[in-house]
Amino acid sequence: MKIRVDEEKCTGHARCYGLAPELFSVDDYGLSSVVGDGTVPPELEDKARLAIANCPEYAIEEITD
Amino acid sequence: MTDVRPVEAWDTDFDVLSPEYVNDPFSIWDGLRQSCPVAHTERRGSTWLPTTYKDVVALAHDIEHFSSEDIVVIPFTGEEPDEPVLPYGVPPISVDPPMHTWTRRLLLPWFSHRKVESYESMTRDLCNRLIDGFLADGHADAAAEYAQQIPVRVIASILGVPESLSDTFTGWVRDVLEFADDEERRREGTLALIEYFVTELERRKTEPGDDLLSALLQTEQDGQPLEDAVVLGIAAITLIAGVDTTWSAIGSSLWHLATHPEDAKTLATDPEAMPLAIEELLRAYSPVTMARLVTSDVEFEGCPMHAADKVLMNFPAANRDPDAFEEPDKVILDRAHNRHVAFGSGIHRCAGSNLARMELRVAIEEWLRRIPDFRIQEGAEVTWAGGQVRGPRSVPVVFP
Repeated sequence: MKIRVDEEKCTGHARCYGLAPELFSVDDYGLSSVVGDGTVPPELEDKARLAIANCPEYAIEEITD
Repeated sequence: MTDVRPVEAWDTDFDVLSPEYVNDPFSIWDGLRQSCPVAHTERRGSTWLPTTYKDVVALAHDIEHFSSEDIVVIPFTGEEPDEPVLPYGVPPISVDPPMHTWTRRLLLPWFSHRKVESYESMTRDLCNRLIDGFLADGHADAAAEYAQQIPVRVIASILGVPESLSDTFTGWVRDVLEFADDEERRREGTLALIEYFVTELERRKTEPGDDLLSALLQTEQDGQPLEDAVVLGIAAITLIAGVDTTWSAIGSSLWHLATHPEDAKTLATDPEAMPLAIEELLRAYSPVTMARLVTSDVEFEGCPMHAADKVLMNFPAANRDPDAFEEPDKVILDRAHNRHVAFGSGIHRCAGSNLARMELRVAIEEWLRRIPDFRIQEGAEVTWAGGQVRGPRSVPVVFP
């Protein structure tokens, strides 16, 4: 599984960071980005899905090749 | 001022200050979503009230037609001074881009995750001091003696103003927001608050501290120091937005836990349940409604909105929309799909949301750690305030 944050949509609710700090980092302005290249280890896939389902701006998406 | 006619038609003549709406807006929104999802009223000027998640979010994102120049839910109809003390209002919440963008960037780092972590132990100590004050009594007002006392003190520390003035600050903020329909009270509260910060600003020009006000005074924008009016506006909104709102969320959450002992038990025994539960409580009891000003005639969902109309950003109703949330009127502590907009949506997302969330979590954690078992006092009355901010003002509880 691989995810990305759409920086045009993110307004810094930081819900993703609160739910899955292993997968996201937030800057001082609240904007979120994925850790590394966005690859989600299998054991964190549930957390990644939770982050996606809680973003009020629909800014997180799973990348499908 | 107060239009006290009872509401007979919620779709064409709603009143957010009517006791029915303040006490139970949920059933009113349910009715409107079925019959007229964007309601209208002429009370206090032409005003629209969206009730669905989809509409509220769309309005929040359309900053071209819906300006933040006027964000108050209850308009001030008294005489405005010729030269307003705050010509920009209270940025960034009351301005549109481009001013919104740079003023918001000045404020956000003070409420970043990293910064908010540094306020956590102080908040925890504060909660415990408050509980120490009433624990032995076996009863307390969870709203007035606890919830109301927490955010104001944390904000005071961020602004570098004395905690001992907390009750005064709370009084001003309530005058501005909660008693907004009483124009004299609102005017006096607003002026007192501004006057206080004018004095504080002058003092910091010669004796800067390590607080937000001092930092703003030392900030430059386009090579120029910030105008005092900008610093004053930011200071005022930090206090106004940081007090009534979070206190209402803490109060509503404690009211919920007092009336749902099974949920209190879950949270008292399973700390891991807390992160999702906090979001669910924020969703179900979202305190804040904002407003927008229509910039030019526009049709929205079939409604002919005119320039200078007001639109209420009904985030609390969006969060109870059955099209966006399964069983929206039920508090499901581990709700997994929860894109709630308690902190707004789009570019005006609450700048203090990290702080509010931390305060709410710590306030509930410490309360439950020390008072895991509590109930509403028999025969006692729980009272609610509404309008711009909805929350309980008195929650008398007993604990063995």
